[in-house]
Amino acid sequence: MTGSVVLFVVTASALIGIGLWGFLVQAHLLRRVLAFNVVGSGLFLLFGALGWRGGGVDPVPQALVITGIVVALAATAVALWLVGRFAEETGRADLPEDRREDRQEKSSAGGRP
Amino acid sequence: MTVLFDLVLCALMLLAALAAIGGRGLFRATVFFVAYGITVALAWVRLGAIDVALAEAAIGAGLTGLLLLGAVARLRRAGAPEFPVRAGLVPALAAAGVAGATGWVALRVPGAGGLWTEAGEALPLSGVENPVTAVLLNFRAWDTLLESIVLLAALLAVWALAREEEWEAPVGPPLHARPGGVLEGMARLLPPVGIVVGVFLVWAGASQPGGAFQGGTVLAAVGLIAALAGLVALPRPDSGSWRTALAAGPAVFLLVGASGLALGGLLLFPPDWAKAMILTVEVFLTLSIAATLALLVLGPPQPRRMP
Amino acid sequence: MSAIALPDVLTIVLTGLGLLFFLAGTVGLLRFPDTFSRLHALTKADNVGLGLVALGVALQAETWGQLARIALVWVLALVAAGLVAQLVARAALVDRRLRG
Repeated sequence: MTGSVVLFVVTASALIGIGLWGFLVQAHLLRRVLAFNVVGSGLFLLFGALGWRGGGVDPVPQALVITGIVVALAATAVALWLVGRFAEETGRADLPEDRREDRQEKSSAGGRP
Repeated sequence: MTVLFDLVLCALMLLAALAAIGGRGLFRATVFFVAYGITVALAWVRLGAIDVALAEAAIGAGLTGLLLLGAVARLRRAGAPEFPVRAGLVPALAAAGVAGATGWVALRVPGAGGLWTEAGEALPLSGVENPVTAVLLNFRAWDTLLESIVLLAALLAVWALAREEEWEAPVGPPLHARPGGVLEGMARLLPPVGIVVGVFLVWAGASQPGGAFQGGTVLAAVGLIAALAGLVALPRPDSGSWRTALAAGPAVFLLVGASGLALGGLLLFPPDWAKAMILTVEVFLTLSIAATLALLVLGPPQPRRMP
Repeated sequence: MSAIALPDVLTIVLTGLGLLFFLAGTVGLLRFPDTFSRLHALTKADNVGLGLVALGVALQAETWGQLARIALVWVLALVAAGLVAQLVARAALVDRRLRG
């Protein structure tokens, strides 16, 4: 395994961690969708870095990753339009179970339409 | 020297990801996400995967960024707690643990294997010269067929969010470009170039990096620019010709795949016919991918309120 | 050390100079106070930087096709930068009018 493969594997794992952290600590649904996409691209990168070992460029993981990128976009589109519709109905971009009463009062201006 | 370049690139990716996750303000976070997507595309170039780099730049950074920016604008008035909500040691430790375990396992995966020898040996029988296209449209044609159906299902899910009374409206939000403005001028200038690039990417995909997904995305972007500038009317979801365009790709894929039944099996392309069959599938698939991606970004039909 | 060919020297000089302009543009983006002066820094400095980098890379092109592609990238990036600068400036103007 060359140095660069190790480097990309470590970076990809770190990206998965960063995305996962964002997904865990954030309540804003748009930020969660964004974090989910960072986890996804980290996973793809990990896949690509592992397919890169041995010097040859393996077309099979590449094709799978292209499929993954397109499916991730489809999922992101559904999620974001769902969030938009949810915000239209409730006036909020976070879920009730992520709110505590004290936070609700401090939260930025919003309110029902 | 290349290790130094990789080091800088990886550092940039991590910084951009951190800024996208933790950036103050949704707009800033989204802008950093697009920058992050571009650095990831560069990483794919370094990993020798030009096809993936094209897909990541066009779809992962471009279209996803556009979707996120649109959502930021729509959610501007929605209430939400300040960031971060549950900052503390436990989530940080959990995320670090998962990242560490993933990296540790990945570095320990036996290095042997890979499928490039098998893919390389079967390549002359696949009908195309680009091994990635061969995998996508021949060896793993099932994946790609089902993926095109997933795209369609996602669009149906987005359209299902429309209210009953909105169903008659054109898709997408009301747009207000200034007539005769720079955007309109640009939207008249770019499409010819974009269409050539998109069609070239599909055609080149048989022998060099490119393909139906990358080409289709460029064509979708051309359509989106024209739509944003108000140069083309947005379709209604019940438009027959648009529905035909959306379904043509999966339908032709299925038909061509089924014609393989007579020659060996479902989605099996005999070497003599493979090139023609794959090209037919790709043309219609590109059309459907372009239409589906553009409509996914535009969203469900929305009412036009008079200003 | 063997002597470096003239095109290589020019490439290093031109791309290095281009990167300096990018650096200046980025400093302007980070340090300037409002949207308009930031746009001014970006559009001016980065476009010159892009031209210099493109020129430097063009000296390494092996075929006319590669040269044409570099030129196409240069033109498209320039046009896109000009368009986006216009749109950002307009959005900032509208924003200011709404607030003020």
